[in-house]
Amino acid sequence: MKIIIAGDGKVGSMLTRQLSAEGYDITLIDANPKVLETTEEMYDIMAVQGNCATMEVLEQAGVADAHLLIAATSADEINLLCCLTAHSMNKRLHTIARIRNPEYTDQIIKMREVFPLSMTINPEKQAALEIERLLKYPGFLKRDTFAKGRVEIVELRVDADSPLCNHTLADLDSVVRCKVLICAVLRDGSAVAPDGNYTLLAGDRIFVTAPTDTLETLLKNLNIITHKVKHVLICGGGRLCYYLAKQLERSGISVRIIEQDYERCVQLANLLPGVTVIHGDASDERLLEAEGMDDCDALVTMTGLDELNMVISLQGTIRHVPQVITKLGRVDNSHILDRLPIGSTISPKQLCCNTIVRYVRALRNQTGAAHTVHTIADGHAEALEFRVDAGTKYIGEPLKKLHLKKNVLVVCITHGGDQEIPDGDSFYEEGDTVIIVTSGDVVIYQLNDIFEA
Amino acid sequence: MNNKMIARFIGKILLVEAAFMLPACGISIYQHEEAAVQAFLITILLTVLMGGALVVTVRTEKKGFHAKEGLVCVGISWIVLGLFGALPFFLSGSIPNYVDALFEIVSGFTTTGASILPEVELLPMGILYWRSFSHWLGGMGVLVFLLAVSSGDERSKGFTMHILRAESPGPKVGKLVPRMKKTAEILYILYMILTVLNIIFLLIGGMPLFDSICTAFGTAGTGGFGIKNDSIAGYSPYLQNVCTVFMLLFGVNFSCYYMLLLRQVKSVFKDEELRLYLGVVFGSIVLIVWNLRGFYGTLGETIRHAAFQVASIVTTTGFATTDFDLWPAFSKAVLLCLMMLGACAGSTGGGFKCGRALLVLKGLRRSVRQIVHPGKVEVVRVNGRTVEEKVLENTNAYLAAYTLIIVASFFLVSVDGFSVTTNLSAVLACFNNIGPGFEMVGPTCNFSGFSMFSKLVLIMDMLAGRLEIFPILILFSRTTWGKR
Repeated sequence: MKIIIAGDGKVGSMLTRQLSAEGYDITLIDANPKVLETTEEMYDIMAVQGNCATMEVLEQAGVADAHLLIAATSADEINLLCCLTAHSMNKRLHTIARIRNPEYTDQIIKMREVFPLSMTINPEKQAALEIERLLKYPGFLKRDTFAKGRVEIVELRVDADSPLCNHTLADLDSVVRCKVLICAVLRDGSAVAPDGNYTLLAGDRIFVTAPTDTLETLLKNLNIITHKVKHVLICGGGRLCYYLAKQLERSGISVRIIEQDYERCVQLANLLPGVTVIHGDASDERLLEAEGMDDCDALVTMTGLDELNMVISLQGTIRHVPQVITKLGRVDNSHILDRLPIGSTISPKQLCCNTIVRYVRALRNQTGAAHTVHTIADGHAEALEFRVDAGTKYIGEPLKKLHLKKNVLVVCITHGGDQEIPDGDSFYEEGDTVIIVTSGDVVIYQLNDIFEA
Repeated sequence: MNNKMIARFIGKILLVEAAFMLPACGISIYQHEEAAVQAFLITILLTVLMGGALVVTVRTEKKGFHAKEGLVCVGISWIVLGLFGALPFFLSGSIPNYVDALFEIVSGFTTTGASILPEVELLPMGILYWRSFSHWLGGMGVLVFLLAVSSGDERSKGFTMHILRAESPGPKVGKLVPRMKKTAEILYILYMILTVLNIIFLLIGGMPLFDSICTAFGTAGTGGFGIKNDSIAGYSPYLQNVCTVFMLLFGVNFSCYYMLLLRQVKSVFKDEELRLYLGVVFGSIVLIVWNLRGFYGTLGETIRHAAFQVASIVTTTGFATTDFDLWPAFSKAVLLCLMMLGACAGSTGGGFKCGRALLVLKGLRRSVRQIVHPGKVEVVRVNGRTVEEKVLENTNAYLAAYTLIIVASFFLVSVDGFSVTTNLSAVLACFNNIGPGFEMVGPTCNFSGFSMFSKLVLIMDMLAGRLEIFPILILFSRTTWGKR
């Protein structure tokens, strides 16, 4: 399948890496020859230099026989024009445009009717939703929802004082006293699918599959104390901040925003009448103290600078803010950041990437494709949700008799409305939903791919 | 530097080389050439053992593979290819001296076609086939072949770009399609189709099958090893004309053929490099025909010989239908200029390349204009597209390195005491991968008169010429091997 990606920014190159590794033919367009050269040397792709909204450049990129165009340049208007132009040259082309200006959000549905867009994507809005979900259920670093919200894969850090620390996974049931499954462990920057003899150490990040209604028990038995979030302090007043503040305000949480730029403060104050907007430097410790860092339930750092976000978040952790969330623009050094206590990290770009990859896979494989795909463990593992249909192999066979590929785990089976965390005797039937976690280099496109050939 | 990954790559190259020796060995078996069969079997065994050992024993987790590794990998691969490829000549006794054998096979792989053999027709057929086949393999590049057939781990990575860039000729090498494997496949398929067409046209003209195949290999790789002592002169005028046309075809950038397949005929004929190339060919033929009036019997014969020699030299093939060393000085001067110009970038030909000449000339024109109007801002365009300043700088640097190597080799070879014309044309003929030069290395003579030292210098020249200097030059740089 041929995919054209317009815009070799952070999202563009992240998509290039992932989609090229999955075997798609990628052509990348960007106006800057220097950036293109670096990307071209790193991945097996073709690069075209020029303005992606011009017919000449699109023709060079081979739009005539492409299947999908992803427009992810920094300007919404260029993305739209690019999709529009490309579609006029190839009527069967699927187009995805990144549109993130808040002024356009209300008209996006209208725009999709008028413009030939298969999908629009707004990374900041998506990230805001994700942060809101984390704030509603504090205690987890990340949450990924499956089976219409009834099953989750949550991320936890094993600290030295955690009851799980230095225990093998076989002891898990006796410690947490509810049925959950650890589907991946991230240690030293690589993910493993652990077995019963695997011993957890302090600093590990574990990914736990659990039905949503057991999450509370899980947290209680792991001695993780949770507060209901009432006051949130946000550092940095960008687009993401606007979306988040608006949603939090709607659910009755009090929000304070610290923003450095006075003009932006005025804008935010206009847009968000119920929110306290403070003009000041968020890196100033005294200001943070004065604005009640010690009393808030959650601190979210989302300035434009990753370094600044990390420093403020570190302060928050040291001052025992119950929940800290850090926004990161770059994810390529996240294996270093994992060692810092900066709470949950959110990367709007990673989220945006995941959504697009999910779309691409669905496009490639109209039937039998995964319902949901979530990249977990910093992209080292993937959780996929499939429906069992008549074509699925080994229906009704207990799992212990099946030969699964290495690093593939069946972590949940949903029969009708019941979620089962499976063991060796579990089996699936037609119509069930199963959740698969793969780590390492295994790529799964459909359910039958999980079996050893 | 990632030595282990380079070692694995070289192991694979050796396995490919061993596989390609099998047909030659088969021919020797069929012809009952015992010495040659023995030589081939020993060589294949050695090559497989060496290559297999490298591939099996060297394992590495390190994935770092950058521009430097790409260049070093290509440079070493070609030297190793020559070292092992020379063994059949040496072991079979066809060429008793190992350095001579090395000269012969490097001349083959680099598609030079310079020979140290006075009597080609005495060689066993298997050896003759291997000698001609080395042209075909070296023409498009053996590493590119490896990229086309390899699968799995190498394919998904971007580093293959470094190898394509290092092995394919031209100032700016790009892919035809997003995937490297597919690009390499397309190049080789085009190459095979053209070669087969060439063989068919030769067969139609009544050339024996073995001769057709060997001649087609020599033409396709723009190599120039003939299997007759008098090169192509003994064949009929029709066959000579077929060779002329196909030599010119193989001197064209292969991406032009790909564009033709995509029906982008217009952009092919608007290609400035192609226009320059065809213009130069046509102009040279006209000039030489004018200069040679009265030299041959009829005008037709004059045109045939002039066209053949021009095609042979400009594409750096090196076949000959007549002893052009006997031509008047002006015609020889035209040929000497063509030697340095060479064929199009992205073809199998050698030389400086028309594409680079175009860039140098356009850059020069801009410099002259800037002397007149010091504040003038101007970009250089080729085919309507702006050429980046970096590409222009690299081209000028290439020109400097190119000149420097010619001068240095000329000095070193002159130690042997032959005439200036002999030495200069020998260096030019080897460095530009042509084959024959003038006087003592003219089309009817050969390189056997040079000393061992001069032969080694010329071997390095051939490699540097085929790989466009830098992959070989980098091997002699101390920063390459140090830890920076």
